[in-house]
Amino acid sequence: MSASKKEIRVQPIENGTVIDHITAGQALNVLKILGISGVSSGVVSVLINAPGEAGNKDVVKIEGRELEADEADRISLIAPNATINIIRDFEVQEKKNVEIPRHVEGIVKCINSNCISNSNEPVASKFEVRNLKSGIELRCDYCERVISENIAEHLL
Amino acid sequence: MIDHILDTAEQLEDIARNKEQSDILAGKILAVLFFEPSTRTRMSFETAIMRLGGNVLNLGSVDISSIAKGESLADTIRVVAGYSNAIVLRHPMEGAAKLASEFSSVPILNAGDGAGHHPTQTFLDLYTIRRESHLEGLKIALAGDLKYGRTVHSLCYALSHYGADITLVSPEELRMPQEIINDLKNRGLNVTETDSMESAIKDVDVLYMTRVQKERFPDDAEYQKVANRLKITPELLESARSEMKIMHPLPRTTEIDPGVDATPHACYFQQSFYGVPVRMALLALVMGAME
Repeated sequence: MSASKKEIRVQPIENGTVIDHITAGQALNVLKILGISGVSSGVVSVLINAPGEAGNKDVVKIEGRELEADEADRISLIAPNATINIIRDFEVQEKKNVEIPRHVEGIVKCINSNCISNSNEPVASKFEVRNLKSGIELRCDYCERVISENIAEHLL
Repeated sequence: MIDHILDTAEQLEDIARNKEQSDILAGKILAVLFFEPSTRTRMSFETAIMRLGGNVLNLGSVDISSIAKGESLADTIRVVAGYSNAIVLRHPMEGAAKLASEFSSVPILNAGDGAGHHPTQTFLDLYTIRRESHLEGLKIALAGDLKYGRTVHSLCYALSHYGADITLVSPEELRMPQEIINDLKNRGLNVTETDSMESAIKDVDVLYMTRVQKERFPDDAEYQKVANRLKITPELLESARSEMKIMHPLPRTTEIDPGVDATPHACYFQQSFYGVPVRMALLALVMGAME
């Protein structure tokens, strides 16, 4: 690949957040978790299946918004290896790994259709997060049903 | 904590039998919110509060209450908490009691949340085992519908606090879910599975029967075949140990022959009664009348 083509793909941003090393194919779900849709005002760049040193990855660049730690950590549910780079004046000011939160609210829908959190009650879904060898597992605070695979499919 | 509740129930048993009178819950009101039909759970809670001198406030029919107008459970709970000192809730959805506890200013007692939990049944089952047999070193056979029966699932988890040898007796279609069996083994319980009632009852202290529901089977013939294979009769009990006790959460249909009722093994009506002292203990503890 020529240098000029590569530059076009990963153009630096002036201020904002670059989320790197997202599990390949999960970039759009990352946007979903962060509540970024087509009506958001800032510029958002998405790179899917970009070749990286450790295989393909996705990258998301959000201009003009610095992610808070708890926002960033939610991403770990679907992209546990993601890194967060806070950019100011084209420089990386802060670089950190996402941390798996112990508890999440209002991000994932319980897979049990008869769970009270799926009714019209005034509550958000809540899950205890467990980081097991087999992967991340979510246990519903209300009905205790466990989601152990395809978490991205159950994002709210 | 489990043992403390069972100890408290034992202290209150004579009051439950009406041999002694008590008014330790005088002036207290228990709200009974049953969004699903139930006879024995509701009645034993009502008996429990009345035996301790308290009063009952009943939701009445769901069809004519505010719920029929679309009120959320959260709002119902906030309103009823203002009228009462504790709320007993049965609801068809899993997690309802947990949700109620988030909106209530008074204690919530879960009397069944869909296919989720029915903890007061588990307490009374443990109490029955303790009173009629023994909890430590227990050998128990659980028979019938082990797939959908939340009662047996909860009882197994509760028994894991004491250690037990568990034999599961069920037809292939109604086997206990493998993840629960794995959980129980991880908690140190010995679990074996069989489809033979004869072999299962020979060496156990307690046989816990559950009802096999007709609607779980594709046709009546299949149901009858399974129901007959699991049926307890006086003849079958000849091979059981003399002190073996038979429990059942009731209502029963055909799984226990009425001829068994007169044998010293039958314990299910005692079990049903024990719901009263156990629920008295829970009410006295959550309302602060006992410590």
